[in-house]
Amino acid sequence: MFLDQLSNGIALGSIYGLTAIGFTMVYGIIRLINFSHGDIYMMGAFFAYTGIMFFKLPLIPSFLIGMVCAALLGVLLAKLAYIPVLGAARINLFLCAVGAAIFLENFAMLLWGPETQSFPTMIENKSYTFGGLTITKLQFIIIFTSIVLILLLTYIVKRTKMGRAMRCCSQDMVAAKLMGIKTEKIVMFTFILGSTLGAAAGILVAMYYKAVYPMMGFSAGLKAFVSAVIGGIGSIPGAMAGGFIMGVAETLGAAYISSGYRDAISFIILIIILLFKPAGLFGSSVKEKV
Amino acid sequence: MLINLSIATIILYFGIKIISKGLDAVTFKVTTMDNKYKKRMKYIIVILSIIFPLVARLSPYILRTSIVALLYVVLALSLNLILGFAGQLSMGHSAFYAIGAYTTALLMVNLKLSFWLSIIASALIAGFFGLFLGIPTLRLKGDYLAITTIGFAEIVRLVLINWGELTRGPAGIPGIPSPSIFGFIIKDNVGYYYIILLLAFFTVFLSYRLLNSRYGSGFIAVRDDEIAAEAMGINSTYLKTLVFVIGAAIAGMAGGFFATFIHYVNPDNFTYSESVTMVCMVVLGGLGSIPGVISGAMVLSILPELLRGVATYRYAIYGILLILMMINRPQGMISVDRLKGGKSKNEGFGNKRINKILRRPYSSK
Repeated sequence: MFLDQLSNGIALGSIYGLTAIGFTMVYGIIRLINFSHGDIYMMGAFFAYTGIMFFKLPLIPSFLIGMVCAALLGVLLAKLAYIPVLGAARINLFLCAVGAAIFLENFAMLLWGPETQSFPTMIENKSYTFGGLTITKLQFIIIFTSIVLILLLTYIVKRTKMGRAMRCCSQDMVAAKLMGIKTEKIVMFTFILGSTLGAAAGILVAMYYKAVYPMMGFSAGLKAFVSAVIGGIGSIPGAMAGGFIMGVAETLGAAYISSGYRDAISFIILIIILLFKPAGLFGSSVKEKV
Repeated sequence: MLINLSIATIILYFGIKIISKGLDAVTFKVTTMDNKYKKRMKYIIVILSIIFPLVARLSPYILRTSIVALLYVVLALSLNLILGFAGQLSMGHSAFYAIGAYTTALLMVNLKLSFWLSIIASALIAGFFGLFLGIPTLRLKGDYLAITTIGFAEIVRLVLINWGELTRGPAGIPGIPSPSIFGFIIKDNVGYYYIILLLAFFTVFLSYRLLNSRYGSGFIAVRDDEIAAEAMGINSTYLKTLVFVIGAAIAGMAGGFFATFIHYVNPDNFTYSESVTMVCMVVLGGLGSIPGVISGAMVLSILPELLRGVATYRYAIYGILLILMMINRPQGMISVDRLKGGKSKNEGFGNKRINKILRRPYSSK
C-alpha cells in the first residue's frame, strides 16, 4: 500500500517537476510569474489529443506535435504579449500572463468544447514488480520521459552557448545585452524550452488520467508554481526536487490524512518552507539561476 | 473563429488608444479645475448615485448589475489599500471575502443575529485572519508574498469545502435572511443598492482619509522604497500589517453584504479567479489612484455583461483586453501621477532600488 502510493507519488512528482522547470526558467530570465504556463500545458495535451484523434497518428508523433505546437504557441505569446511589456513594471507583465491564461482557456473551450474529453489509451496496462514496489508501465514511461527531458535540458543549459547566454541573462539582463547577447532571442528561447517541457508534462498527465479538459492547466500551473518555489525559484534541480516533494506529499497525504485536503497539503508545505527558508530549499545554495 | 478574434483584437487595440487619450484629457481637465467646481462635481456624482436606482428600478437587470459593480468597487478599493498604497502583492483577497461571507451567513442562519451585527463580526473576523496571515507572511517580499497569499486563499477554500459540519461543504449555506432596518425588512434590490452604496462611500472616505493621514504617507513610503522608509524611522512591518488588516476587514464586510444579497454562499463563489479579478481591477484602474480603481472595478464588472452579445467569445476577448491594456496603458486608466498633474512614472522612470513589482525597474537586477 505504502509502496504503491510512493510510486504513484513519484510519477506525479516527475510531472510536477517537469512543469515547474518551465516555470522556473521563465522566472529566472524575466522574473515573470508565468500564469499562462499551465495553459500551455493544457494546449500541449490538446494538440496531442487532436493528433491522435483527428489525424490518427501514433503516440510518439502526436507527442512531438504537441510539444512543437506548444513551443510555437509559447513563442507567439512571448512575442505578442510579454516582450512588449518587458520595460514596464513587473505587475503589468504579470497581468499580461493572467490575460494570456484567460484567453488560452477560453480559446481551448471554443476550439475543443468545454467538456472533458477522454484521452485514448495508447499504452497497455502492464505492471512490473521490483521487490515490493509495483510500478505500471505508464508510470515507468512517465518517470523515464521526465528524466530524459531533464537531462537534455540540463545539457542545454550547462554545456551549450545558448545555455550560457541564458544564464547570463538570468544574472543581469542589461549587462548581458551590453555584452552583445541578443536578449530578446534568449527570452524567446527560454519560452520555447519552457513551453516544450510544459506540453510534455501536459501530455503525460493526459495519458495518466486519460482525460483532457480546458481547465486542466489551472491547478497544474499553481502546483508548478508551488513546486518551483519550494525548490527555490530559478533553480532547475530545485524545481525537480520541489516537484517530487509535492507529488509524494500529496499522494501520501491523500491516502493517509484526507483526500479532501489533498491540495491544501502542498500549500501548507509551501507556507512552512517559505517561513523558515524564504529562498526555497535550493534557493541559496545554487548560485547560478536559469 | 480566428478571424473574429483578430477583428476583436484590432478594434480593441484602437479603442484603447483612443479611450486612453480621452481619459488623459479628462483627467487633465479635472485636475486643473477650480476647487469650487471640483466640489460641485463631487456633489453631482453623489446625488446621481443616490437617485440612480429610482430610475434603474425599471430594469432589474441594470439595477442588479450596478449592485454587483458597487460590490466590486468596495472589494477593489480594499485591495487597493494593500496593493496600491502599501505595494504588497496580495493575491488571496478572495479568502477574506469568503471569510466575511461565511461569517455573516453562519451568524444569521444559525444564531439569528441581525445583519448589522453580523457584518461587523465579519469585518472583525476577516481582519483577525488578516492579522493572522499578515504577521508571519508580510516579511516575505513580492512574488513570495503573492504565492503565500494564494496558498492561504486555497486553504481557506478547501477548509470551507471539507469542514462539512460547520459549512455544509460544497452544498453551501442557503436561506440567508434579508437584512432589516428599524423593523423594515429590505426585500428589493433598491434597498440592497443603498446598503452597498453606503459601504462604497464609507470605503472611499476611508481610503481618502487614510491616504492623507500620517499612515498614508507611511504606506506610500514603504511602497516606493522600503529600505529608505525604514531608515527614516518608519516601522514598515507595523504599517504593512495594519493595512493588511484594514483591507481584509473591508473585504470581509463586502463578503457579508454578498451573503445577504445572494441569500446563499458556497465555496465556488470564492475561487482564486476572484482574487485575480480584483487584482486586475486595481491595476487596470491605476494602482493607488482611488478614482482609477473605482472606474477599473466598474469597467471590469460591467464589461462581461456588455459582452454578453458575443456570448462564447466573452472571456477570450476579456483576456485579449487585459493584454492590450497592459501593453498600451501600463499605468492604468487613471494613474496617480496624472492625477497629480505630471507624467506617469511608468513612462520613463528609473531608480535603483524602487519597488520593482509596481514600478519599472532600472535594470533586471
